[in-house]
Amino acid sequence: MAERRTVRRQLRLLPVVPSVLLLLLFLAAPVLWSFHASFTNAALTGRNARNPAWTGVENYVRLLSDPAFPAAVLLTIVFVVASAVVGQNLLGLLIAGLMTRARKPVSAVVGTAVVAAWVLPEIVAAFAAYAYFSKDGTLNQLLGNAGAAGADWLYAYPMVAVVLANIWRGTAFSMLVYRAALADVPRDISEAALMDGASGWQRLVFITLPLIRSSIATNLMLVTLQTLAVFTLIWVMTAGGPSNASTTLPVLAYQEAFKFGDIGYGTAIASVLIVLGLVFGIGYVRLLKGDKR
Amino acid sequence: MHRPAKILAALMSAAALLATSACSAEKPAAEDRTLKIVYQKTDSFSALDTLFKDAKKDFEAANQGTKVELQPIEANDDDYGTKLALALRSSETAPDVFYEDTFKVRSDVDAGYLLKLDGYLEKWDDWKLYNEAAKAAGTGDDGGIYAVPLGTDTRAIWYNKKVLQKAGISVPWQPRSWDEILEAARKMKAADPSLVPFNMYAGKATGEGTVMQSFYELLYGTDSELYDQQEKKWVIGSRGFTDSLAFLKTLYDEGLAVTPAEALDANVWKKVFGEWLPKGKMGATVEGSYTPSFWQKGGNYEWAGYAEDMGVAKFPTQRGQEPGGVSMSGGWTLAVGADSKNPDLAFKFLSEAVSKKNSLAFTVSGSQIAVRTDVAAEAEYLAANPFVKDVSELVSVTHYRPATADYPRISAAVQEATEAVITGALSPQEAAAQYDKTVRDQVGDAKVLQK
Repeated sequence: MAERRTVRRQLRLLPVVPSVLLLLLFLAAPVLWSFHASFTNAALTGRNARNPAWTGVENYVRLLSDPAFPAAVLLTIVFVVASAVVGQNLLGLLIAGLMTRARKPVSAVVGTAVVAAWVLPEIVAAFAAYAYFSKDGTLNQLLGNAGAAGADWLYAYPMVAVVLANIWRGTAFSMLVYRAALADVPRDISEAALMDGASGWQRLVFITLPLIRSSIATNLMLVTLQTLAVFTLIWVMTAGGPSNASTTLPVLAYQEAFKFGDIGYGTAIASVLIVLGLVFGIGYVRLLKGDKR
Repeated sequence: MHRPAKILAALMSAAALLATSACSAEKPAAEDRTLKIVYQKTDSFSALDTLFKDAKKDFEAANQGTKVELQPIEANDDDYGTKLALALRSSETAPDVFYEDTFKVRSDVDAGYLLKLDGYLEKWDDWKLYNEAAKAAGTGDDGGIYAVPLGTDTRAIWYNKKVLQKAGISVPWQPRSWDEILEAARKMKAADPSLVPFNMYAGKATGEGTVMQSFYELLYGTDSELYDQQEKKWVIGSRGFTDSLAFLKTLYDEGLAVTPAEALDANVWKKVFGEWLPKGKMGATVEGSYTPSFWQKGGNYEWAGYAEDMGVAKFPTQRGQEPGGVSMSGGWTLAVGADSKNPDLAFKFLSEAVSKKNSLAFTVSGSQIAVRTDVAAEAEYLAANPFVKDVSELVSVTHYRPATADYPRISAAVQEATEAVITGALSPQEAAAQYDKTVRDQVGDAKVLQK
């Protein structure tokens, strides 16, 4: 009996095989290649272009003494925490929560509006955000109509602008995840809590949030990983400037690898980005495990 | 209803992750007698596209059984360079003939991307018609020639005569020193405070434009230099470098140039050509010899009155010292890929592309400075726009960038120094010191010369 059960369990894994193979081919292979390249002096042009040499940890040593690097790590963390963990995540939860209570047409309109930003290709969304925040842009025209003086947002507050743009663009994802999660919360439990005299706030903290905890962790993981890799949005809006004030790790890696042709150094930065993703990822996995206890 | 939504969301995010991480490689053309041609094409630059289309038609007609496959890359200069380098990295994707920036020739020769053309050029009669400076642009470190120049350019001061006259400055205007530029700019500002009197690019957003159309005009007009050709070392700690930064600081601090925020917008040049100069909102700017191509019929910012309203002046040296002016030149070439399976055919196509007929058409429509003496003597070339003669003469005071593999980093460090100065983040002395440190870190002490 037990044997047959294990065979059946193994057979159940069969449908997963193609996707695992695809993942290995398209995800693991480039990651491994990138790790390998980060230990070489591979370049786009010049002597090292075709016959790169193994240089060991040289690129990483150089990274540690590069003043642009710690700044980029800090900006990346600020960008991820502000726009994904706080912005997209909380706003997504809030909108999803309000939508479950709102009337159908209202929630449909809100849902469409939010999802519209998400459906736009990243490059289009980036140009839209640029047009919105630039000096003669929509935001300043609106402010001007209201009699308020705008600022040159992309120049004076580049990080604020890209964080807001990323929240605008990505909130729909969190909203969809939380809509699904909230719909799965059994009604009778919160009704029972209501009978016991729990306030709305208490029901949220003690009933709803614990019940959707795994959705929260999954969502946090996905939006974090997506946001860590955001490049187009920042590149189009500020190109990492002014004076590196919005240069996150992907922007820095791109500059080093493709603008200066230093593939080895660029991939070393990308490798740090992967490690950063792993750190966030492990944190969320812990959160998920805590749920099962 | 909600479960499928959740699954869909998960699937889509997985697909997005896959799509961003998967890298695509183009399949090589299997056919033997197919030539692959890679070049740049943008909305404002289609002269090259025309040239290659014409060359393809003639070449295919004259060489039955040979196919020419044009692969234009739609990108700006930076991105074009990156895409080309990525294609050249593998012999599978490398083109047979491609459009190559002069300042990348040496490092790409080092990388083994370019085929040495000496043997072909000896047998090609037209080669004798190229001027010597242009021939040098395609020369590698070993003295061999690896690329055939298509055209070159120079930089000058372009000024709006009406704006200057309104400020009481007589035209034609030719400043003799940096001080005379400031003097004129202050007069214009006094006459109309809403003007941008004298613009020079700064900061990283305008990229090579910042150094080619601004900083090097200053630096090469001092007694200092960026790179010592004899010693093959980068110069740091020079007086001229700090002076040049200080000049930019004066321009920006006194509001004589655009605002720092405008300078750090990568699209600022569009406003210079499309708005400020034609509308008389800007006195002068430092720009390339290709400037009229924007205003000519069919250009991006057609302006019929430009020939009458605009004037051109030589950029002066710091204190009017010899040779009295400064210009910078770049330009582009055509090269044959080192891995080409049909090098003979590839060169044949290249020589067809730069024939007198094609060169003339390209030089005129692209507002280039001719590199072939037979093209330079053509009436059609001289009549292409009213400024051809003025900007062609600047070749006598022009400089070329040090085309080493380190150059892109040095250029970026210079751009960063100008950005720090115009935004007030650092003083000219501090920014120069930071530049010195960056150069030392990037190229190593052995390749640095303290002056």
